[in-house]
Amino acid sequence: MESLSNLTDAALTAIRASADLRHLDELRVQYLGKKGVITEQLKSLGALPPEQRREAGQAINQAKQVVAEALEARREALELAARETRLAAETLDVTLPGRRQESGGLHPVTLTIERIQALLEQLGFAVVEGPEVEDDYHNFEALNIPSHHPARAMHDTFYFDATTLLRTHTSPVQVRVMENQAPPLRIIAPGRVYRCDSDLTHSPMFHQVEGLVVDEQVTFAHLRGVLDAFLRAFFEQNDLKTRFRPSYFPFTEPSAEVDIQCVQCGGHGCRVCKQTGWLEVMGCGMVHPNVLGHVGIDSERYSGFAFGLGVERMAMLRYGVNDLRLFFDNDIRFLRQFV
Amino acid sequence: MKISNQWLGQWVDHGLAVDALGHRLTMAGLELDAVTTVAPDFTGVVVAHVIAVEPHPDADKLRVCQVDDGSGEPVQVVCGAPNVQVGMRAPFARVGAVLPGDFKIKKAKLRGVPSFGMLCSARELGLSEAHEGLMSLPDEPAAGTDVRVLLGLDDQVLEVDLTPNRADCLSMAGVAREVATLTGRPLQVLEVPAVSVACEDVFPVRLEAPADCPRYAGRVIRGVNPAAPTPLWMQERLRRAGIRSLGPLVDVTNYVMLELGQPMHAFDLSVLDGAIVVRRARDGETLVLLDGQELKLGADDLVIADEGKLLALAGIMGGEASGVTDDTRDVFLESAHFVPMAVAGRARHHGLHTESSHRFERGVDPALPLRALERATQLLCEIAGGTPGPANVAEEASQVPVCAPITLRPARVSRLLGLALPPARMREILVALGCEVSGMGEAWQVAVPSFRFDLAIEEDLVEEIARVHGYDDLPSELPLVRPGITWLDEARVDPRRLRSRLCDLGYLEAITFSFVDEALEAGFSPDTRPLRLANPLSSELAVMRTTLWPGLVKAALHNLHRQQARVRLFEVGLRFVPQDNGLKQEKVISGLICGALFPAQWGQAERPVDFFDIKGDVESLLALAGLDRRVSWRAGRHPALHPGQCAELCLDGESLGWVGALNPALEAGLDLETPVFLFELSLEKVCRGRLPGFREQSRFPAIRRDLALLVDTALPAARVVEVIESAGHEALRGVNLFDVYTGRGVPEGRKSLALGLILQDLSSTLTDEKVDEMIHDIVTKLQEEVGATLRA
Repeated sequence: MESLSNLTDAALTAIRASADLRHLDELRVQYLGKKGVITEQLKSLGALPPEQRREAGQAINQAKQVVAEALEARREALELAARETRLAAETLDVTLPGRRQESGGLHPVTLTIERIQALLEQLGFAVVEGPEVEDDYHNFEALNIPSHHPARAMHDTFYFDATTLLRTHTSPVQVRVMENQAPPLRIIAPGRVYRCDSDLTHSPMFHQVEGLVVDEQVTFAHLRGVLDAFLRAFFEQNDLKTRFRPSYFPFTEPSAEVDIQCVQCGGHGCRVCKQTGWLEVMGCGMVHPNVLGHVGIDSERYSGFAFGLGVERMAMLRYGVNDLRLFFDNDIRFLRQFV
Repeated sequence: MKISNQWLGQWVDHGLAVDALGHRLTMAGLELDAVTTVAPDFTGVVVAHVIAVEPHPDADKLRVCQVDDGSGEPVQVVCGAPNVQVGMRAPFARVGAVLPGDFKIKKAKLRGVPSFGMLCSARELGLSEAHEGLMSLPDEPAAGTDVRVLLGLDDQVLEVDLTPNRADCLSMAGVAREVATLTGRPLQVLEVPAVSVACEDVFPVRLEAPADCPRYAGRVIRGVNPAAPTPLWMQERLRRAGIRSLGPLVDVTNYVMLELGQPMHAFDLSVLDGAIVVRRARDGETLVLLDGQELKLGADDLVIADEGKLLALAGIMGGEASGVTDDTRDVFLESAHFVPMAVAGRARHHGLHTESSHRFERGVDPALPLRALERATQLLCEIAGGTPGPANVAEEASQVPVCAPITLRPARVSRLLGLALPPARMREILVALGCEVSGMGEAWQVAVPSFRFDLAIEEDLVEEIARVHGYDDLPSELPLVRPGITWLDEARVDPRRLRSRLCDLGYLEAITFSFVDEALEAGFSPDTRPLRLANPLSSELAVMRTTLWPGLVKAALHNLHRQQARVRLFEVGLRFVPQDNGLKQEKVISGLICGALFPAQWGQAERPVDFFDIKGDVESLLALAGLDRRVSWRAGRHPALHPGQCAELCLDGESLGWVGALNPALEAGLDLETPVFLFELSLEKVCRGRLPGFREQSRFPAIRRDLALLVDTALPAARVVEVIESAGHEALRGVNLFDVYTGRGVPEGRKSLALGLILQDLSSTLTDEKVDEMIHDIVTKLQEEVGATLRA
């Protein structure tokens, strides 16, 4: 039986020394395989006297178990080592940037229009659009601005010929909507407008959003209510102060200009508000009966209000942009700031 | 409109600080633009009487003067002003005085002669830009009187932005009336008695265009002194309103315009011939204006003429030949009413804008002419002497504008404002505005004063009531939303989805001008005549774009010139394409890429973009409406695109847009050194999809067969796919082109296409036999239709 214990010791030594799984498997075959040396020992049991067989058998089986356990333990150890080697080899610098296309983004004017739209849609305003090359009738006449009206001088109109022009405001969309739809109406019309003027604070092309509500029982109080709520929501300031000043637009009566408390300085006075504490942000008023009359809406039964705001101005105030011209340079370093 | 607070105070004691007054005006619709002081700070300047003037021993241009500054002792001053003379009174800065600009007056020696102070010009006191020697003060004030007090310089000017409807406030009288209404303080109405007539001279006036000029008051004043000095107080009031003093005759007419609001004109009587005729000009008549400019007139122009010649452009500007001069002795004063339509547009037509035209085109109170004439006569005779003749008013009474009474329903006021204002309060406001209100119950009759000709309809009165009550005191409430469900077109993709898809693909949105350079536009669309602006700002912004590409390319150049080599931009906007049946204003979505495909990064090799990158982006856009499977790409020709890299997208025979590389011929002219790829698609067309429809899925296995075909190099791959798909095999589920190869093993002039065909039947498992049959048929059709052969 000495040879069995020698055999076992040799096997255990070889197993401990085994460096990889393949070699380990060879050892398994060598000792425990069908023709393995320990397996062969079992075959020799038959040659022993019967009274010794039992004891010898137990000894062989025990040796077999010891070797099998050693093999298993070694296999686990080798597998673990192999896994660890592989993991070490596969370890990455996860701080390196990911592989990707860069995201683009919308122009700040579009962001502002979409924000205005999203806020007013909650009040049931539908978005409509109109042509930018307009006729004199829709841009002026139908809005109660006849050809010699002094208000025309303030519009600096681009003309193509005597009756075709680039719209100077989004108000003609009001007229086009009222020509085609009966009250109740609740629309906003965002878009490009054009004035023949270009300097630090004027661009020959800019954007407006026009709003129009026509229904029975529409009041000036509703106009205030809508614009107050809108402006507070736009600037996300619940205590934003607004003020309505009487003004004049040929297509509204009464007319008002809307100021908000300066969002830059909180109303204390700064460069942005020219030390007044107030910022003019929009014009508005009750739709003039002549405008309703032009489109055949009975001004005794229906009343309405309209408002118009400059998108670039709102964007400048909202995002702190300090130069109007940046909006049209399309410098990607500027545009990327709004991504 | 510039309003001196001091002058205003003489009309109405408003009791408000300037800032509070400005706020009150702003909130009543007369927007305060600025408050300015009428003179810069200075101290220690008094009236001095020049007693003696001696030449300076050592300087030709200096004089040594002795002045009485009220201190009792004569003071020696060295003065360089050419107009200094014995007996004159002038502002004198004593030693210790501080002039504008923190200029301290000290004892000094000028060329060896001691000088104790400085005699001042108006410019040195910050009262004028002109440098005309010492400021001459009137004789009355005692020497030693503080000049600030004498001239009332501790005054402020409110600059108010008036809206076009408030022409009634283009005068001190009008502003004072408004302030009195707003503050509830009494108005000190200016008494204007008729002057006593001192001669019988009347110059006849004939109204030949009574609709344009229904009332014309005129008067002869003989023997005026054109050299008489305009009193300082009047000069100062003119100055504070921004009007230069030009001698008493002109100053008085300007002053009355500022005071009462009536523009006036003074003619030299000696050049008038026969009668004043107010008429339309005859075509081709010319007139040289006071500013020396010669105008060619037409029948739209209203003129003042005499029997032989034109004298003035009515209500806009006088003529050079008939104006008053330093030699004028006898004047004819004009105080007329011109209706806005006669003046509006005419001044602008001739490129003119005057204080007079500004007022007449907005409207002037038709009741004013005689009152203004009397006031001007009184002031002129006081200042420049002269004997006035009787006032002569020519009038066509039926044509004088009248303000018709307005029916006002208090209930409607409340309904429009959303505020139940007590009718008594409404009445009070209207009366304070100068209206006469008659009637009690539901409908009142409101007669508006002649100076509020802007009030014509009930809504105008609603605004007046709201304005005086205060807009800030009106309620604010949200209207009720009428419930209703807006239908949504499910087959149409929201255009916002397209924009956000492009953003996800790395594009930044640009907004470029809708007008572009004509030459650039012609390069992109040589076959289209773009819409041209009649009055462009510059030649670079002269025509309306017929494609968005020129703007995008310019934007790319802007960035390329600023070290931004990788540009991905898109824009959504209208293109303006003239067509036979009129102008088409079509919304398109356009994009541009150039530079590297990906931003520089460690994990990806850098490579420049090519046609298939932009095509992939476009396909990704088309996929939003499911159009990527339906659109066909055709090699096409577009003048702006590379002839070999240019595709037109078509759907059911209709063009959706173009994709391609910028034509190298254009690159050179634009100084572009990197290839640029472009797309432009009709926005509506690429948003128009289909409602998703269900199709049953086969439960039987799919079989894939690959074909390697040899075809002519020039044959579009899409044509091969088209032949396979149109072969009429229902079991064909899909065709996948997975390789294109030319080179070894492929004959010259041919290319190898590798296609995977997916076959699947709805009702049974396909047998090899059946599949072979179909493939054979397809290969035969490919051979027949496009000359394809199976690659050995």
